[in-house]
Amino acid sequence: MIVRILGEGQFRVGQDAATRLTALDKDLDAAVRDDEAAAFTAALHAAVALVKTSGTPLAADEIATADFILPFSDATIDEVRKLLADGTIPGDSIGLP
Amino acid sequence: MSVMKRVSLIFRAKADKALDRMEDPRETLDYSYKQQVEMLTRVRRGVADVATSRKRVELQMNSLQKEINKRDTQARDALSKGREDLARAALQNKAQLQSQYSDLETQFASLQEQEEKLTVASQRLDAKVQAFRTRKETIKATYTAAEAQTRINEAFSGISEEMGDVGLAIQRAEDKTAQMQARAGAIDELLASGALEDHVGGGQDSIQAELDKIGASSDVDSELARLKGEIAANAPKQIESNGAGSADQEAATAEQQAGDGS
Repeated sequence: MIVRILGEGQFRVGQDAATRLTALDKDLDAAVRDDEAAAFTAALHAAVALVKTSGTPLAADEIATADFILPFSDATIDEVRKLLADGTIPGDSIGLP
Repeated sequence: MSVMKRVSLIFRAKADKALDRMEDPRETLDYSYKQQVEMLTRVRRGVADVATSRKRVELQMNSLQKEINKRDTQARDALSKGREDLARAALQNKAQLQSQYSDLETQFASLQEQEEKLTVASQRLDAKVQAFRTRKETIKATYTAAEAQTRINEAFSGISEEMGDVGLAIQRAEDKTAQMQARAGAIDELLASGALEDHVGGGQDSIQAELDKIGASSDVDSELARLKGEIAANAPKQIESNGAGSADQEAATAEQQAGDGS
């Protein structure tokens, strides 16, 4: 499975880590829903650490699409809520008409 | 739904929407590549901007450190002149400057981290854009429009995700440096106008002025103290030698007279 951490690129993670990541993802979801900033930060940091330690970075010239995308490691709960609510990525362009 | 999945869907939706609009996907490859190169330029400029901000914060830290050292010297100076009130004012001032300094230190660390991450991101994007260019030439040369579709979809989704990521990272960096520049500008102005001294901690200028003022009189005071000390040191000898001393003195006088006579 390929996981991207925003700002830090993509990582290939094994099944074991993926399972643990899914659990952390549930924490993230609950934290965003209940507006628990501390729980959100804890889950995000744990998820980022897990991906970085157990995953292997993809080669820079490998072009692939991630199965999961984690927010920036220092993202705030408000920032993520806004991204999810807007459903758009500001400032991006893939250069298509 | 999970946060990670939702974020990835947002990124993918962007690419899908763009892909839907294409008629012959091959025609848009060059156009997209051009945009990617522009994004690369933007990222590199972003890295340079963050570096500039970092250097500026560093310069301000140096200036503040000088101010802090100055307060420290003033406090010592004031204490040696017996002016505890002035020493206290200088130290209060120093504490406030130090808190600004540690604030700058935090900013510096954050900018440094951002600069490093953006540098790596720009290298990553660079490598991906080069890979995309190779792939687009292969696609254009080898495949028919129908066959090309799948391959282009893969390449687009991947590069679009990278561009979206880098685009977000750059925007965050721009927001952050804009905030810091506003604060840094305020500190620069304060440092330049000397208002920081008056503004923070109740008037360093008045501390210095007071120290300068008492500087001269304290020189006189210490001279006085020195003289008093000398007199005090001599005084007991005189009292002590009042009886025997006069005999000595007479002897000395006699000796001197004898010497004069010869």
